[in-house]
Amino acid sequence: MKIVVLIKQVPNTNEVKIDMKTGTLIRDGVESIINPDDKYALEAALRLKDKDKNVHITVISMGPPQAEVALREALAMGCDEAILVTDRLAGGSDTWATSMVLSAAIKKHGAYDLVLAGRQAIDGDTAQVGPQVAEKLDLPQVTYVNDLELKGGSVVVHRALEDGYQLIEVKLPCVLTAISGLGEPRYPRFTGVYEAYKKEIPFWGMKDIGLAESKEIGLEGSPTKVHKSFAPKLERAGEVFPDSSKGSIGQLVSRLRERHLV
Amino acid sequence: MSVRIIDEKCKGCKLCLPSCPFDAIVMQGKLAVLTDACTHCGACVSSCKFGAIVADAAPEKVVDLSGHKDVWVFCEQRGGVLQQTSAELLGEGRKLADDLGQKLCAVLIGDNVANLTDALSAAGADTVYLTENTLLKTYTTDAYTKVFVDLAKKYQPNIILIGATYIGRDLGPRVAARLKTGLTADCTDLKIHETERNLLQTRPAFGGNLMATIITPDHRPQMATVRPGVMRKLDTPKTAAADVVKFDADLTQDMIRTNVLDVVKSVKEKVDLTSAEVIVSGGRGVGSAEGFKILHDLADALDGVVGSSRAAVDAGYIPYAHQVGQTGRTVRPRLYIACGISGAIQHLAGMQSAECIVAINKNADAPIFKIADYCIVGDLHKVVPMLIEELKN
Repeated sequence: MKIVVLIKQVPNTNEVKIDMKTGTLIRDGVESIINPDDKYALEAALRLKDKDKNVHITVISMGPPQAEVALREALAMGCDEAILVTDRLAGGSDTWATSMVLSAAIKKHGAYDLVLAGRQAIDGDTAQVGPQVAEKLDLPQVTYVNDLELKGGSVVVHRALEDGYQLIEVKLPCVLTAISGLGEPRYPRFTGVYEAYKKEIPFWGMKDIGLAESKEIGLEGSPTKVHKSFAPKLERAGEVFPDSSKGSIGQLVSRLRERHLV
Repeated sequence: MSVRIIDEKCKGCKLCLPSCPFDAIVMQGKLAVLTDACTHCGACVSSCKFGAIVADAAPEKVVDLSGHKDVWVFCEQRGGVLQQTSAELLGEGRKLADDLGQKLCAVLIGDNVANLTDALSAAGADTVYLTENTLLKTYTTDAYTKVFVDLAKKYQPNIILIGATYIGRDLGPRVAARLKTGLTADCTDLKIHETERNLLQTRPAFGGNLMATIITPDHRPQMATVRPGVMRKLDTPKTAAADVVKFDADLTQDMIRTNVLDVVKSVKEKVDLTSAEVIVSGGRGVGSAEGFKILHDLADALDGVVGSSRAAVDAGYIPYAHQVGQTGRTVRPRLYIACGISGAIQHLAGMQSAECIVAINKNADAPIFKIADYCIVGDLHKVVPMLIEELKN
């Protein structure tokens, strides 16, 4: 069985702080990590490999050359092969253009039975790339997967909902996007780290995946454009209730109800 | 927008480096250079005192978009029950449609759901596109995408809004990809550009540390998802009845590649700080470990979790796992209630992007009040029990 796992290297946004005086981000010491949901996707693939040694896992990432570090970590966790898709032409891609690039890379890589990705990345939080890769590969998708089991030529998954889950059967090949219930991601193995550094990670440019002339990649090929960006306002014009009378508390609760907060 | 640095103007002062959320500006010798990590967000432009960083507008393209009209809202139902986002998005869509002078249309897909059209009409819809089919009883990506895309191709909407529920976030990207258009996730503000008439879609990026306004200039429809509870439904129901347009689904069983075997309802689990929608947080003012009991009660009443300031952790009132702030967790709940927290910068840095902040503090000059939406000057030991009581009413 051949599995492709898509991962993204992201800055650990939980560690990013804001300098309250200047309103700018303080990035010193903020590490780059494998996107947390993508780690669950890796773990899901590795658990399938634990059960069946014939499972072959290829990890594909798109990003700047330094994203190679994330791929090394995935190899050290036990994946078999890694590919980095990196090219200035793909810079500034939105989710549509990104899925264009990733789906082309998956096709170029060859046959596969299952594509796994994280539900969403913590630097963008869109949850769009997985489904859009599925659309471009013309594959069925299941998102928000927190449990999966192979069953012949199909996979049976738990698909989380706000108030429960759906049990879904889907034929392979398909695209699944993973969330935390899939199991705590393992640490890189001691021997794995050494082996990971012996493996070669090919860097594929747009030429390698047949998109050098594409009008559908990068900043130009992205349907969405950033019009402007700004720091969120820190100060708020607060409404003050000068006492803690029953009337004040009642008013506060009705304000919160108006805003659907309680 | 495309961002570049004019080498001749760059003085090598490094002021721009911290402005980049993506760490994409590096120094090469005495010049600042953009790396591949640049997303052209433009956050650095204003940081340069020498005008060396410029954002070029995208080249004008001649694309005829005039054939696309109306604002559509995907009105999600589950088991014949409308999700709350439907009315909320119709409320927001009403404003956009009126601003554009176009119609507001509800898209209702399911099996035996025609009885919901009145509610959609009252919530603001001028037209309801109704598709009913036994194959649409339970949501599946393949069936709903097919119907939605067929509808959009036939009627050519200008804007499509979808609730960012677990289902909306499955459907939206698939529909956008098939229609070859853009989609902006989790918008917190939507407006029509005064002159260009594009949809301005504002959303938090980078873990809420940055806000970005996104446009879809050359593609239609313009698609956006919005989280539940962010927009407001109409204050007064619309009285005029909506036109109901029936649309037959061109669907067969073999087009649906997933098989929903079962739908299981479960009791919501308590979630951790970073994904909690409501956080009740306590500081030194709580006074003791026992004092946190009422904060837990309030959190339970709101289906939320308990956080704390570093001062409360250092004093031994509560374990570190609850700590919010620069040395604890960064959180972005919908509602943050700060009880007896003075508001040290290190704490504010971890919670300032909460959608709504309520602060309860004895000291009227406490810094926490500067960033709060609602400020109660009083003793938390008195206020919190009253708040729990009031919430029960």
